Amino acid sequence: MRRLFVLLALVLAPYMTAAQSEEIVLGLSRNEVAITATFDGSDVLIFGAIKRNAPAPAGGPLEVIITLAGPDQPVTVRRKERVLGIWANTDAVEVDSAPSFYAVATSAPLADSLSAVEDLRHSISIPRVIRSVGAPDSVTDAESFSDAIIRIRAGSGLYQRLEGQVDVEEETLFRGQITLPAALTEGAYSARIFITRDRTVIDTYETEIAVFKAGLERFLFEMSRNQPLLYGLMSLAIAIAAGWLASAVFRIFQR
Amino acid sequence: MQVYLPIAEVSVNAFLLLGLGGIVGILSGMFGVGGGFLMTPLLFFIGIPPAVAVATEANQIVASSFSGVLAHLRRKTVDLRMGTVLLIGGLIGAALGVMLFNQLKSMGQVDLLVKLCYVVFLGIIGGLMFIESLNAIRRSRGAEGAVPQRRKHGLVHALPFKMKFRVSGLYISVIPPLLVGLCVGILAAIMGVGGGFIMVPAMIYLLGMPTKVVIGTSLFQIIFVTGFTTLLHATTNFTVDIVLAVLLLVGGVIGAQIGTRIGVKMKAEQLRILLAIMVLAVCGKLALDLLLTPAELYSIGTAGGH
Repeated sequence: MRRLFVLLALVLAPYMTAAQSEEIVLGLSRNEVAITATFDGSDVLIFGAIKRNAPAPAGGPLEVIITLAGPDQPVTVRRKERVLGIWANTDAVEVDSAPSFYAVATSAPLADSLSAVEDLRHSISIPRVIRSVGAPDSVTDAESFSDAIIRIRAGSGLYQRLEGQVDVEEETLFRGQITLPAALTEGAYSARIFITRDRTVIDTYETEIAVFKAGLERFLFEMSRNQPLLYGLMSLAIAIAAGWLASAVFRIFQR
Repeated sequence: MQVYLPIAEVSVNAFLLLGLGGIVGILSGMFGVGGGFLMTPLLFFIGIPPAVAVATEANQIVASSFSGVLAHLRRKTVDLRMGTVLLIGGLIGAALGVMLFNQLKSMGQVDLLVKLCYVVFLGIIGGLMFIESLNAIRRSRGAEGAVPQRRKHGLVHALPFKMKFRVSGLYISVIPPLLVGLCVGILAAIMGVGGGFIMVPAMIYLLGMPTKVVIGTSLFQIIFVTGFTTLLHATTNFTVDIVLAVLLLVGGVIGAQIGTRIGVKMKAEQLRILLAIMVLAVCGKLALDLLLTPAELYSIGTAGGH
């Protein structure tokens, strides 16, 4: 009986330590982002601590990876080609799902803190979060279409790779900052935190940040969707009134 | 000052938009064009999604055209009767054009076809206009105070259903203006523009209207065409961004007033040559887009859309 218990402890020990010995406790500077008329981007500070029941285990240094992802959307990527001397869209690939925003911040270079297998399992690096299933037969290099999404969105600050920008102190406290650009889509943004040792994920934590339009922005958006005719007429009324007003003002000045 | 646009879902600089609206407004008041052909690429450039740009700018054009028409009305340079006839033709043409566009779309590659037509069409119109107005300027320099040319009596005058267009000083059949309106309506619907800069040369050269009257009359019918377009976009695609429209139209209505005053001070052939240069510039830009190797071969669109 006693021997069995020891055996069980021996078998379970690695799992116990892996799952329980180091755990993430998280804080967020904000759990919602309100987009108002003067919205000009926003910083989200993600910070936390590692809770331990035992001294830090031996092995490689502790690394922290923080990701923040906007809502997934299907997108169509088109490629231009020269046809009879003219540049025209030819091939198109429908990408099933790509996040509207994605940032990955790490405490060390991504390749040093995460193995390819773990990346595949948890979908952490930018190429891993874009899901493209079916490209038409005419397209042989579907990969280059996914690369194009990353290149274009990285160019406009929507995809960010922030290596070495998470501070870790004493293997216990960590903090990272992600800047949301001004051109933001509404929705639930999911923040994920991974701690790794020896390129293996030890613990993960997931939370949500709500991004929504507020105030006048909300009112106008709702109106354009719920009462489109009224919204259209209102737009026209504003246009006519502005046209008349300018004319009237100029007439006064002319006298 | 950055402002977040609720429909376009991007943040833009408010002063930049005011300036853009102002410049396009001036052109609108001077030449009687809506300015959509100029505003669309500019809005794309600052990151507004194409669908929102096209719909919103229709709304802005309503404002600047209305502002411009009021200024022209005071100078009695709007032929309301001719405008109405052109408008009737235009609306029928637009309806036909939308049907034709959908037909072409189901065949694929419509974008390219439209662009090619555009380049060829603008090149011809701009080129002919440029040569004509250059000759006109030379003639007026050569013989100061020359006798005004007598209008030729051609086919236009042999047609039935004659009508008096007093402001334009014309007594012609309603068939040519109806046809001009119809053709411009079709082209406008296919190309997705108001059609002002096709309409203006057509009125000058095909109908023989005086340049000064053409501008006000063109603006008059543009109000209705773009007003209709705005409503259509607002109710079917939900792509009219009212915040963007207000920012653009504040600049636009002021610009239109200034443009009208500049236009009045200029000679008709000077106005025509400037318009010709503008048309040729747009044509050249489109041609370069088609011929030069783009910096980015790939583009991202929303799935299902165009």
